Amino acid sequence: MSVSESASTRRFIGARQEGRQSYWRRLDWLLLGSALLLSVGSSVFVWSASRSDLAGDDPQYFLNRHLVNIVIGLVLAFVVSRLDYRLLRAYSPVIYGLAIIGILLVYTPLGTTIAGARAWVQVPGGFTLQPSEFAKVAIVLILAVILAEKRDAEAEPRDRDVALALGLAAIPIGLVLLQNDTGTVLIMCTIVITMVAVSGARTRWVAGLLVGGATAAVVAWQLGLVKDYQIARLTSFVNPDEAASTAAYNANQARIAIGGGGMWGRGLFQGPQTQGNFVPVNESDFIFTVIGEEAGFVGAAITIILLSIVLWRGMRIAMGAGELYGRLVAAGVVAWLAFQTFENIGMNLGIMPITGVPLPFVSYGGTSMFASWIALGLLENVRLHREQQP
Amino acid sequence: MSDRSHLRLVVLGVLIISLVGTLMARLFYLQLVVGDEYAAQAASNTTREVITPAVRGLILDQRGRPLVANRTSLVVSVDRNALTREPDEGLAVLDRLAEALGVSRESIEQKLMPCGSEGAPPLPVCWDGSPYQPVPIAKDVATETALSIMERRTDFPGVTAQLAAVREYPGPFEANVAHILGYVGPVTQEQLDTQGDSTDPARLRARDLVGRNGLEAQYDAQLRGIPGITTLAVDQVGRVTGTVSESEAVAGNYVVTNIDAHLQSVVETALSDAVERAREDGELADTGAAVVVDVRTGAVLAMASYPTYDPQLWVGGISTRDYDRLLRDRALSSTVTQGTYAPGSTFKAVTTVAAAREGYDLGGTYPCPADYTVGSQRFRNFESSGFGPITLQRALEVSCNTVFYRIADEMWLKGGGLYAPQGAPDPIAETASAFRMGEATGIDLPNEASGLISGRNEKLRVWEQRRDQWCSDAKEGYSQLREENPKLAEYYTALAKENCLDGFRWRNGDAINASIGQGDTSITPLQLAMTYAAIANGGTVYQPQVAKAVLSSRGEVVQEFSPTVRAEVPAPEGTFEFLRTAMTGVTAEGTGRFPFEGFPLDEIPIASKTGSAQVFSDNSTTAWFASFAPADDPQYAVVMMVTRGGTGAVTAGPGVRAIYDAIFGVVDGVVDPTRSVLIGGAPSRTLPIVRPDGTPITPEAPR
Repeated sequence: MSVSESASTRRFIGARQEGRQSYWRRLDWLLLGSALLLSVGSSVFVWSASRSDLAGDDPQYFLNRHLVNIVIGLVLAFVVSRLDYRLLRAYSPVIYGLAIIGILLVYTPLGTTIAGARAWVQVPGGFTLQPSEFAKVAIVLILAVILAEKRDAEAEPRDRDVALALGLAAIPIGLVLLQNDTGTVLIMCTIVITMVAVSGARTRWVAGLLVGGATAAVVAWQLGLVKDYQIARLTSFVNPDEAASTAAYNANQARIAIGGGGMWGRGLFQGPQTQGNFVPVNESDFIFTVIGEEAGFVGAAITIILLSIVLWRGMRIAMGAGELYGRLVAAGVVAWLAFQTFENIGMNLGIMPITGVPLPFVSYGGTSMFASWIALGLLENVRLHREQQP
Repeated sequence: MSDRSHLRLVVLGVLIISLVGTLMARLFYLQLVVGDEYAAQAASNTTREVITPAVRGLILDQRGRPLVANRTSLVVSVDRNALTREPDEGLAVLDRLAEALGVSRESIEQKLMPCGSEGAPPLPVCWDGSPYQPVPIAKDVATETALSIMERRTDFPGVTAQLAAVREYPGPFEANVAHILGYVGPVTQEQLDTQGDSTDPARLRARDLVGRNGLEAQYDAQLRGIPGITTLAVDQVGRVTGTVSESEAVAGNYVVTNIDAHLQSVVETALSDAVERAREDGELADTGAAVVVDVRTGAVLAMASYPTYDPQLWVGGISTRDYDRLLRDRALSSTVTQGTYAPGSTFKAVTTVAAAREGYDLGGTYPCPADYTVGSQRFRNFESSGFGPITLQRALEVSCNTVFYRIADEMWLKGGGLYAPQGAPDPIAETASAFRMGEATGIDLPNEASGLISGRNEKLRVWEQRRDQWCSDAKEGYSQLREENPKLAEYYTALAKENCLDGFRWRNGDAINASIGQGDTSITPLQLAMTYAAIANGGTVYQPQVAKAVLSSRGEVVQEFSPTVRAEVPAPEGTFEFLRTAMTGVTAEGTGRFPFEGFPLDEIPIASKTGSAQVFSDNSTTAWFASFAPADDPQYAVVMMVTRGGTGAVTAGPGVRAIYDAIFGVVDGVVDPTRSVLIGGAPSRTLPIVRPDGTPITPEAPR
């Protein structure tokens, strides 16, 4: 964010100066602390999972990058938490537009296919970004603007607003669906349904969305719109012992790893499944497997508890938000983090289909880490905004 | 903000709580309820064992000549599990394979059948290895054949052709040595089961070959070696990520035997010649045995069993046809250690010791009538000729039965006669037992027979075993037979009644038969050799020993076998000296003279005793020639035997003569130690040298 002498920027700086004495005090430290503990604590498991991945090269390559990602994430969270609401609302369409462009970039020569999903963009410096992660942020912001438009004190959004919101959300969701990134589509749909619901929209909208979503899934299945490997990924958790498909293999290996962890785990660097690289992408999508194997039930449960604290604090912020816009942002973020957490850990534990979604704050991966911390920054922002209200 | 919004937030909160609860419950279940199961799966998942088989140790003769070595052979194996997955149970595959190998499909099928399954051929043709293991069906397959099989994988599912180490029998001096060496075969499922979950690196594994007979079985643990095991950590695609542990294969140890290959070859030839000779004389001469032991140590220098077989037949699995032939010829078991026979007159040496122990004057004179009558029974001399009063030495020389009959009868009477109480003295049986006859010698070869010595105790034992049968036969009276032949039935009934009532009684007729090695007495040729060795060395009964030492494959001595004394035979002063002299007389001017015509007996006196034991079941005689030499300084005991072979002197004697010729280097009546088959004219006193690379140094291929 470049600093320019625009009116809004001046307001932003003004707000910062206003809250200088109280900014740190007014932060939700429990929320920040839990997220920080998750990110920093998980780095040892990223190290454990990845140190053999570059045989002959730097074994701490992934660890170092992970730590850099966390620092960048913290900076992003700090900036986002201090952005003025009006600025956020004003720039939401821009962010939305950038997100759409980002997703479209995937189809240019810059795009890269990883694990069956064409969802990454190559950026200079050897980095890859996943625009769909940022698109989640964009959906939260643009939906909050539209659903809270003009009637912060009114009872419910107009049907026109809801329809517009759905229409705007449908564009990135459709594009991501075309990239075969099923997991992100599911998360985006959850965000949309949650935000429509929390906006106070008529029940028929909520019910319609739930029924429509379910129907779409069934129809897509029946019409074969979902590619075979997507079905394999989605159904492998039903028949885990049929290790014919790669997906079933992954699910099986993940459960062997976690199940073998027991109460206290095998010890750091001691997990046979982790060290043998039996579980794929175990520094990112399957990082929970590493925690479960090497730190056991204790470590895995602490991870879930810390994530629960993040969600709990998010819920509190949503509940206590002084205006609908803030509540919608917080609720969208909580729904996003909650469903992504459930989907990720659920697939690690073999009760959810395998879709390549990372675990917020924990998984290795720049874009995901940045998005998680931006989400946290949004939550803190909503909280600070309420505190600022008289 | 509306209440609806708030309510929906609460619903969202409840949903999140239930999702977190679900994750926690699932985590608890996976890690703490069924965790152990997964831990075990993880353990088996991540490591793979790569096994390098150990090279099986060689078996060497006393000079280092390999009797068993290894070579590589192209072996074609069939995986039965792969066959069963074929639409026609693999019949087409087997047809193609049979054509490629030039054998019949049936012969392949027979080798594939698990032992004990319906229609399976007997061991060892049938498959008694692990059911998961490919079955070897052809060895020494031509390279082109193997290649054509491996190139047409789709035509031959489950068929593999691989280079495998197989046993090789170099056969120095054309020596066969089959019964000593034994053979190897695939490990049985039973053997694998009995060792349980052993983690010993030397444990048996499914593809191992183990010794199934002879030295291969006796010293299997030494010969087998320890396979090299590399435990690799592998990742999900089987890519090796590291080495967890590594151990090198340790080649099996070498077994050095006391056998001298050259002498062994001579003994084998002498035995088969003896058989040929007997057959030329119209005898059946179906089996034979010959053995040479060192009387001072019990070392077995040579040992031959007739008929024999080519040990090469076992390499890569024996065929039904070959196995049936070996069974029919009775070629598989060793006549030397596993056959028991009545020793006949060779046993008189033992009776002589018994007499000496009972106080008979060995220098005295004893009447030798043509027959000896006890009650209504007349016991004849062999050729029903009398010699009048003769010395005991002369009695041995001419093998006068009646002298020993009288002595046996007298000792029997002295021991209590017919109504002797239990535990009454039984000098002949006791002396035989003192020589450890009638029990296994403890030779280091498997499945040795023990034989038995007839005597008071033996008769009581048999009676206790068979009394019920005899008594019920006496009661029943052979009613079936009675209709056809009342007289014979009457006779059998009376016999059964007598046996039932006092079949345990040791009668003087029994004692008389026992004194000349007849009756129930039956021993192995090896037992007789060890007895003669004991007579030669002054009464020490050694345990016969085939293996001399165990060396590592790099030539270090692992174990040396020292002579084991089993017993000292107590006998009055001068008894063994007398026997040595008397038996030298047998060769010089007695029944053993014929085969030693022209032998320089003055230089190398030979002590011997002939035997022509009667076998009543088929009215044949077992030809024996038992001996030791030199009689004045005994070193070797040599025994040869041919069943249904005529007289000992004529059939077996020349064979023993040939052996002594070879040992002492006698050519045309002249002794020339340099012409002895034993290098230096004597058994080797040192161990052969094995180079660090595993090749033994032999006299024929010196350093």
